[in-house]
Amino acid sequence: MIEKIVLDAKDACKDIKSGSTIMLGGFGLCGIPENCIEALVNLKIKDLTCISNNAGIDEFGLGFLLKNNQIKKMISSYVGENDEFERQMLSGELIVDLIPQGSLAERCRAGGAGIPAFFTPAGYGTEISEGKEIRIFNGKPHILETALKADFAIVKAWKGDTLGNLVYKGTARNFNPAMAMAGKITIAEVEKLVNPGILDPNEIHTPGIFVQRIFQGEKYEKRIEKRTVK
Amino acid sequence: MSLDKIGIAQRIAQELKDGWYVNLGIGIPTLVANYVPKKINVEFQSENGILGMGPFPSGNNVDADLINAGKQTITALPGAVYFDSSMSFAMIRGQHIQLTVLGAMEVSENGDIANWKIPGKMVKGMGGAMDLVASADNIIVAMMHTNKRGESKILSECSLPLTGVKCIKKVVTNLAVLEILPEGGFKLLERAPSVSVEEIKNATAGKLIIPSNEIPEMQL
Repeated sequence: MIEKIVLDAKDACKDIKSGSTIMLGGFGLCGIPENCIEALVNLKIKDLTCISNNAGIDEFGLGFLLKNNQIKKMISSYVGENDEFERQMLSGELIVDLIPQGSLAERCRAGGAGIPAFFTPAGYGTEISEGKEIRIFNGKPHILETALKADFAIVKAWKGDTLGNLVYKGTARNFNPAMAMAGKITIAEVEKLVNPGILDPNEIHTPGIFVQRIFQGEKYEKRIEKRTVK
Repeated sequence: MSLDKIGIAQRIAQELKDGWYVNLGIGIPTLVANYVPKKINVEFQSENGILGMGPFPSGNNVDADLINAGKQTITALPGAVYFDSSMSFAMIRGQHIQLTVLGAMEVSENGDIANWKIPGKMVKGMGGAMDLVASADNIIVAMMHTNKRGESKILSECSLPLTGVKCIKKVVTNLAVLEILPEGGFKLLERAPSVSVEEIKNATAGKLIIPSNEIPEMQL
């Protein structure tokens, strides 16, 4: 059995080079791999292509990487709430590929599932469909979207075991399972790392086969973007 | 008097039917959840991965791992379920959701909608809106009839980049309830309380169809 446990985020990310394509799980700041993002900042690697639903906020999450100009290209569905992002995008420093959220999720899933492309109605007739193959199914036009894969997929789970099996909590699941499947190397950081047999096999969300490296994150700030109460 | 955002949400809530699964967008649509008619049960889906979304939490019940698509902290009702993003959009694309309510910057008389980008000015992204409008059969747009400068957002053609084409069938604004006809045009169904047909006409740049001399007032 190949050992999947690594020491920490620094150890997990040590061979990620400039120019890599990286998927990062999370929706907003919910379920993001906080420890690995910090490690990527410290690695000072550049020209990254990041595939992530959002781009963090100015002072948290992927915002740290943006501020240091480490990201060359973002593939996302929603990038509001980040002034630095908007500035870099409008000035042309940052290449941005915005794609519908469902297509983004399915492109990751397809990448991990060995499906090279699929047709979806999302975005037909909009600028998203420009240059893409269009076919009619059941009288309705669909556009061809291709699968996404990444050199590294970095996901965050609630609990994981040393074999890489993962369980997520609440809506922190979001993009993590699909991205975990689509990384050539998938790194999972978890709040609680346990021995095999502790997690109930009935309740595992991501089977360990998709995960190559795992560690328990040192700390989780879990910043809340929009704290809303009654 | 034209409606405020709460009034729009209240009017849309009247469209809910028992047993429906409903997706509410960010902004006015989120408020619809507060006005579900008493005898009705609906389940709210939020595309970031929850079905059975409950109200906002009390201050000491806030959970960073439990948010809605607007990134607000929420609660989960008994029987709620969490799922990943690809399954969430399987529910949406697969037409398992009976009603989608979303906001718009512009709507056109053939049912096009624009709500994700102002070229050169504002680019936030489409999020799940393109998937939602491309797949849903039943979409209600919640919006103000005019912008801050008083210009109509109910148009013959959208000027902004589109989110979806020929997909909107109903619009509820601060002034009116409008049905978009398959052959094109906004059919005036209801007026906001004390708002005249004349006012609605003046605020509508697209083709407005007034089906009778007596347009009923919304009952809120």
